[in-house]
Amino acid sequence: MTPKLHIGGLGKSFGTGEKRNEVLRGITLDLADNEFVSLVGTSGCGKSTLLSIVAGLQDYDDGELAIDAAPIVAPGLDRGVVFQSYTLLPWLTAQQNIEFALKAAGHGRTESRDIARTHLELVQLSHAAERYPSELSGGMKQRVAIARALSYRPKMLLMDEPFGALDALTRHQMQELLTRIWEEHRLTVLFVTHDVEEAVYLSDRIAVMGIGPGRITQVFDVPLARPRREAVMETTPFIELQRDVHRAIREASRPLEQ
Amino acid sequence: MTKPRHIRSSAIGTPIRRASFLLISGSVFAVLLIVWWAVTASGLVPSIFLPNPVSVVTQLYGLAVRGTLWVDLGVSIYRILVGFLIATVLALPIGVMIGSFATWEAAIEPLVDFVRYMPVVAFVPLSILWSGTGDGQKFLIIFIGTFFQQVLMIMDNVKRVPRDFVGLGRTLGLSDRRILTRIVVPSAMPGIWDTLRISLGWAWTWLVLAELVAATSGLGYRITVSQRYFQTNTIIGYILLLGVLGLITDQAMKAASKALFRRGDAA
Repeated sequence: MTPKLHIGGLGKSFGTGEKRNEVLRGITLDLADNEFVSLVGTSGCGKSTLLSIVAGLQDYDDGELAIDAAPIVAPGLDRGVVFQSYTLLPWLTAQQNIEFALKAAGHGRTESRDIARTHLELVQLSHAAERYPSELSGGMKQRVAIARALSYRPKMLLMDEPFGALDALTRHQMQELLTRIWEEHRLTVLFVTHDVEEAVYLSDRIAVMGIGPGRITQVFDVPLARPRREAVMETTPFIELQRDVHRAIREASRPLEQ
Repeated sequence: MTKPRHIRSSAIGTPIRRASFLLISGSVFAVLLIVWWAVTASGLVPSIFLPNPVSVVTQLYGLAVRGTLWVDLGVSIYRILVGFLIATVLALPIGVMIGSFATWEAAIEPLVDFVRYMPVVAFVPLSILWSGTGDGQKFLIIFIGTFFQQVLMIMDNVKRVPRDFVGLGRTLGLSDRRILTRIVVPSAMPGIWDTLRISLGWAWTWLVLAELVAATSGLGYRITVSQRYFQTNTIIGYILLLGVLGLITDQAMKAASKALFRRGDAA
């Protein structure tokens, strides 16, 4: 079976000559249909760069990159992206922000309104439809951003530390919300985070990245049953896996001998 | 029993009540006015150098009744509007382009930056050579004084649009053109409006400069003529009037900004 997302031997460097800095080397990772995969690693391991390349926002030097066996050459509506920074357009309401994406995807006016409404309901924000981003909390803004990225039915979702700027309590609520939505609707997700607990709680698999140059050093399966609820975080398998991933990140943080 | 601790209202960064603020600022104006009146009424300063406040007000009133004031005002407002609009209409697209595309920036930014440091005043003789002493010359001076500043400030406004907003547009499959019109420009608009407000304030200065040097009408022209006849009260009256006009346009632009972008900025 062809994977949903295929990354094969992908490499990326910034700059040329003396100043050349290799940020990604030989990245190989396949995501199956409806699989939730997290990229974890210390800062500077290139995990966000990798996600940005998959989104089509940055180019790469060598290797293969394909979604449903079709090479990725540009950003597109087949990949929904949720950024770490709040990317709601401040002059549009929550509802209008989602409609903005739907209209870009070619939906009509009434259709956009209905789909936007359904998706606000999905992230439990129907009551805030008419509010402007300045009137929403950080968590609410990211929920709208998630609703927006899901609304136009992309083939997969790319999330770059979407909860990184939120406080601990809100982050937990968002993780639970995302798990629930994902378990109900199923979608291929590539999720970048530096929070190991978050990665274990959300993912089917976790790819650990190391630095100097950025590379995948280890891939963990997460054999925890679904549906997952917050209580799973206190179980022994969860805690052990979390510890193993932590150790793998520590070991991967030593640069390769050149 | 311990008393609740009070922070001195004179400590750094401590806010004061709005009423106190207005009282203090109002008092400063009042004191200045009284000093002005005192030094002129007592004959300490001869009225040829500084006429008393009453004489200034009476003179302005007389000019208003005779209609001279309104003609001067009308001519000057017309000049500033046209000059400022020409500068703005050209600066907007150019500023947006050099803020968005590196090629445009390389072609235009260093040039504009260079011209910006040429003193506007030095262009006045040249502007008279080129376009005489009519309205065209006033437009030209206002244009030279505002356009180059506007271009650079609008470029900055555009560059301050979050990179991820552009990334969002690209992941939605929007063309560059649409990203500019649907995302970048609306996003930069509150900042651009502020740029226009600030540059409109400068435009008043350039207008009066142009009218002082060579003109046959306008507020600046009246000031020059009054100097010839030692009508110091007209000069001071017009200078105060120009201050008020600047203040009014500034407040109007601020109010418009609040009405236009009341949702945006805090996000």
